[in-house]
Amino acid sequence: MKLAFQLAYRNLIGAGLRTWLNVGVLSFAFVLIILYNGILDGWNQQARTDTIAWEYGQGQLRFGEYDPYDPFTVLDGHGVLPESKQEGLIPILLRQGTIYPDGRMLSVMLKGIDVDQTILNIPTAQLKTSNANIPVILGKRMAESAHLKEGDEVLMRWRDKNGTYDASAITVAGIFDCNVPTVDGGQIWMGIDKLWEITQLQGSATLFVASTDEPLSEEGWEYLSQENLLQDLADMIEMKKYSSSIMYGLLLLIALLAIFDTQVLSIFRRQKEIGTYIALGMTRAKVVVLFTIEGTMYSILATIVGSLYGIPLFMYLTKTGMGMPEASQDMGFAVAERIYPMYSVGLVLSTVLLVVISATIVSFLPARKIAKMDPVDALKGKMQ
Amino acid sequence: MSDKSIISIKNVIKKFPVGDGFFTALHDINLEFKEGEFSGLIGPSGSGKTTLLNIMGSLDVPTEGEAIVMGQDIAKLSHKQSALLRNMHLGFVFQVYNLLPVYTVFENVEFSLLLQDHTASERKKMVMDSLEWVGLQDMANKKPAKLSGGEGQRVAIARAMVKRPEIVLADEPTANLDAKNAHAILKTMKQLNKELGTTFVFSTHDEKVMGYLDRIISLEDGNVKKDELVTAQFTVD
Repeated sequence: MKLAFQLAYRNLIGAGLRTWLNVGVLSFAFVLIILYNGILDGWNQQARTDTIAWEYGQGQLRFGEYDPYDPFTVLDGHGVLPESKQEGLIPILLRQGTIYPDGRMLSVMLKGIDVDQTILNIPTAQLKTSNANIPVILGKRMAESAHLKEGDEVLMRWRDKNGTYDASAITVAGIFDCNVPTVDGGQIWMGIDKLWEITQLQGSATLFVASTDEPLSEEGWEYLSQENLLQDLADMIEMKKYSSSIMYGLLLLIALLAIFDTQVLSIFRRQKEIGTYIALGMTRAKVVVLFTIEGTMYSILATIVGSLYGIPLFMYLTKTGMGMPEASQDMGFAVAERIYPMYSVGLVLSTVLLVVISATIVSFLPARKIAKMDPVDALKGKMQ
Repeated sequence: MSDKSIISIKNVIKKFPVGDGFFTALHDINLEFKEGEFSGLIGPSGSGKTTLLNIMGSLDVPTEGEAIVMGQDIAKLSHKQSALLRNMHLGFVFQVYNLLPVYTVFENVEFSLLLQDHTASERKKMVMDSLEWVGLQDMANKKPAKLSGGEGQRVAIARAMVKRPEIVLADEPTANLDAKNAHAILKTMKQLNKELGTTFVFSTHDEKVMGYLDRIISLEDGNVKKDELVTAQFTVD
């Protein structure tokens, strides 16, 4: 086997430009697969971290009738949890409302949160220091879309527990920068005491955010662990991976096709050489192995060449990140302004294995023909 | 030359499928080659010289009859045994040299040794000795494309001889060479035959080659027409 590798290496290096063209295409596919998966893994990791820090905490206890995917459940989807059960939990009450910035009407989700909480990154302390009647804080994107800035007042309308509409001016006490759309877009955060006061829903909460991962159990409430909460995000990233795999699958296919083509051509053009190998004492099986290894070595050389320009590229991107366009913030889940790709050992090894095994298979398929070659015909270059 | 038989061809018939029938390339051939012979199969194209040489080289098998080479019946050998026989005991010299283009002269000559158990230093010595026999020790690092026809064929001889085979089978080795180079090649082979006792069997219709042979076997339409011992016109010291 060592000999086959030595000979295959000599043959490939000796073939010159043809080898390096195949190696170039294959290495590009190899680098692209790792890069793209690295971006998705980095994105996933960043989305998980941000979502945990800004929205999910270590888990949530949701009122049973509340369904975050059904806006009709917001009105009645709240309840009162005995205070003795609220240790380590922060209550959040959700209500629907409308604001009227610059004479426009915007539907918003009012979110009341304990101003003393420290579990989530939402800067609720800003609500404590404001002297306004109803101080609120907004995410940067919400503020931009509503044309609001710190200190602005805007009319807000909501319904109290009896369904009666009420309205008052709210004051923007602070604007925070957050990558999680469900914390930012269309959301208005205020102290839960104030929301209780204006809706007369004293003590009610739609959900509680937990500070520990200890499972909670309470009748009428549903506990969702951090992993349960992140499942949708993981599924979305996974789906993105599958859809993007089509693109680099095609690229890999082109590279493999080039190797297959080279092998077929090689076996046809190098018949005399094959005959000579056999005449000099190689078995046909060994020649098949030699040609298969030659094909496999394209992938090994591609790994080396890919590493030469891929590693500096990956290191640079890991350090500087990749800027994401503004539009990507509207994708429905956390997307930072910069994504920092993550390259795990598993990702690199699995990509190397994928490329090497695929190259070996496409090299072996045409090489099998050698096993049936008549050495005399091969020496004459007579095979068709 | 000793009296010991090294190749024995007994009632060999070789047929090739052509269309719905068969073409008989060799008709009931019986030949015996002794150790150290410098003999040649001569005849026009299609007379069966190369077919017979291929059978002796275990690159092909007879349709009927026996070809015993180094005591082994070619037809009964597995692919592996056949490859081993070629690697250990047989050397080939081809009309168009068949040098491996991406290898250097050294690597081409070394190739057979890589299939055997030799250390790198042993291989180096054997290759350089072999290149010295053919006078190409200074061209070890050249690629075949940089060699002249005569040099290329000398590399092929070095490659055939490097493993010190008992038998060298040379198929039209001078066909692509000018007279000067042809004589140089033949002298080299004759010298090796004399010094190492290697058996040489040529397939040729080149009269220059015939001048060096000690035995000439004439083939015609797959039959042995004449098998005679001759006094070589050219000899070496």
